[in-house]
Amino acid sequence: MAKADFNVPELGESIEVPAIKEGSMAHSSPFVAKPQFQEALGFKGEIGENWKEDTLEAMGDLLGKYRSLQVYMDICVKCGACTDKCHYFLGTSDPLNMPVGRQDLMRKVYRRYFTFAGKFFGKLGIPGFVGAADLERDMLDEWYSYYHQCSECRRCSVFCPYGIDTAEITMAGREILARIGMGQKYDNEIIGKVYTIGNNLGLPERALADTLEGLEEDIEDDTGVQVKLPLDKKGADILLVTPSADFFAEPHVDGLMGYAKVFHEAGVSWTLSSYASEAANFGMFIGSYKNMREISLRIRKAALELGVKRIIFGECGHAWRVAYSFLNTLAGPFDFLDQKYPIPQHILEFTWGEIQKGTLNIDKSLNDDMTLTFHDSCNVARASRMGDKPGGQFVIPRNVIKAVCNNFVDMDPDTIHEKTFCCGGGGGLLTDDLMEVRVKGAMPRMQALNEVTQESGVTHMAAICAICKSQFTKILPYYGMTMDQIVSVHQLVSNALILSGQEDTDSDDEDDVA
Amino acid sequence: MPIEVDGKVLETDEEGYLANINDWVPGVADVMSKEDDLELTDEHWDIINFLREYYEEYQIAPAVRVLTKAVGKKLGKDKGNSKYLYGLFPYGPGKQACRYAGLPKPTGCV
Repeated sequence: MAKADFNVPELGESIEVPAIKEGSMAHSSPFVAKPQFQEALGFKGEIGENWKEDTLEAMGDLLGKYRSLQVYMDICVKCGACTDKCHYFLGTSDPLNMPVGRQDLMRKVYRRYFTFAGKFFGKLGIPGFVGAADLERDMLDEWYSYYHQCSECRRCSVFCPYGIDTAEITMAGREILARIGMGQKYDNEIIGKVYTIGNNLGLPERALADTLEGLEEDIEDDTGVQVKLPLDKKGADILLVTPSADFFAEPHVDGLMGYAKVFHEAGVSWTLSSYASEAANFGMFIGSYKNMREISLRIRKAALELGVKRIIFGECGHAWRVAYSFLNTLAGPFDFLDQKYPIPQHILEFTWGEIQKGTLNIDKSLNDDMTLTFHDSCNVARASRMGDKPGGQFVIPRNVIKAVCNNFVDMDPDTIHEKTFCCGGGGGLLTDDLMEVRVKGAMPRMQALNEVTQESGVTHMAAICAICKSQFTKILPYYGMTMDQIVSVHQLVSNALILSGQEDTDSDDEDDVA
Repeated sequence: MPIEVDGKVLETDEEGYLANINDWVPGVADVMSKEDDLELTDEHWDIINFLREYYEEYQIAPAVRVLTKAVGKKLGKDKGNSKYLYGLFPYGPGKQACRYAGLPKPTGCV
């Protein structure tokens, strides 16, 4: 079904480092946000005459606020370790998609206006002598293009001997652009919907209630057991915050039904919130602390109003980074929650806990039609943790999969755990106007998947991020695979979980993994 | 790029979705599908009409499962799945069918 007006990379025997093709992705640029969406987030409506002053002012502000940004601008020694680590470079051959190339777009401006050497040689008219450059208008278009060819996945930072995090540079680049009137349509319209409706999709309360009711019916049809998906239930113990894609898309929704079944069997009381019906925090994608904080505060408010004791996050990669790493400073203190439990907790931690306690009646053979592999989502892998041991974010999802499936094979070790490749659609790039960069950037992951398919008969790949799931649904067909090969981890749990009082599981002969 | 339907010029956004949902007339779906080289059959119209009814009630496109369930109920269980819908609308029921129906594009992590 997938038609492409660009060349889809061919999968070979292994991931090869391509010869560079300068400017090969210079045409890629997402739609710019319209003034009303810009202004709604507190940004300038559109770029004006004073673009140069605006840019340097925003950059100076960020350099003052974030010491990390200034350090990253200063310390690169051009060692080259990062050059072949970015999936977008591997898939596009464009040298500005090498992490150092992407960093230098900003670094040369930083040197020119914020270092003594750059100011000195700049005044002499030879800023290039110290790697500096005068800020020109077309450089902002170049920033806009290449800072939207980075998914902020941080793989390069694992290999940088100085630990330079290109994601933070991309975030700064996007924040500067947004402030001067060049925000991205996809990200900014979505943040606007969170403020006006409560979630990225713009799913109003009534539609959400209707959708959840439909899911309750589906579970009852399948199992004969009434499993509730409560909304805005005051006094529940647990607030589940999950990406709105879980209500809307496949295979996400199969995961949501899995969470509901696990909660049901664990015998806990839980609820969703219509006000905080979104886990994903696009404020992080555009580097905007202010927006990231406002979105996070919605979760705090919902938790207080509903009077819950615990907050659990559903399968959502970037949400978990914000939740695990920043929620307490953005929206804390969470002293009103039960301190016996992790604040916040990941749904996989919860499910793994129940599996260990033996609360769940699992029949692994119900997943025997599949051989699974697991895609570590970038922000879970490199920016968070699960459980109480280092590396828990790698171990716990695999433990849960192995507890509910007989057939599991890992991909090439250079492409998993902290070295995982991004799906290609993370960090605010999951939009149709960036399809070329999404398809090309998915190449390394597709390559690794193809290898285990050929060698070990892997049929499906599980993930724990809404973006990964949507991206792969779209991208797999470009590489000759099928959209239903991507599954939710809790979908696997749901398949294998026999509910107390459940009727014969073979009564429904339809395989619903569509 | 605006489209011309029944002699009227209608505004669309960068991605070809109607700028104003109230501009929709059945001719919109005809014109858009022609551009995609897709011939609309009664099966397509069943989906387009359902999308419009749902939107009118809930102000959002239906979730994939809501849509497949409704289609399954109306047209038989064998048709209540994503495969059937992608067969009709190769670019995806959410995106292609919504566009023909004049609905805003569902965006988010989908």
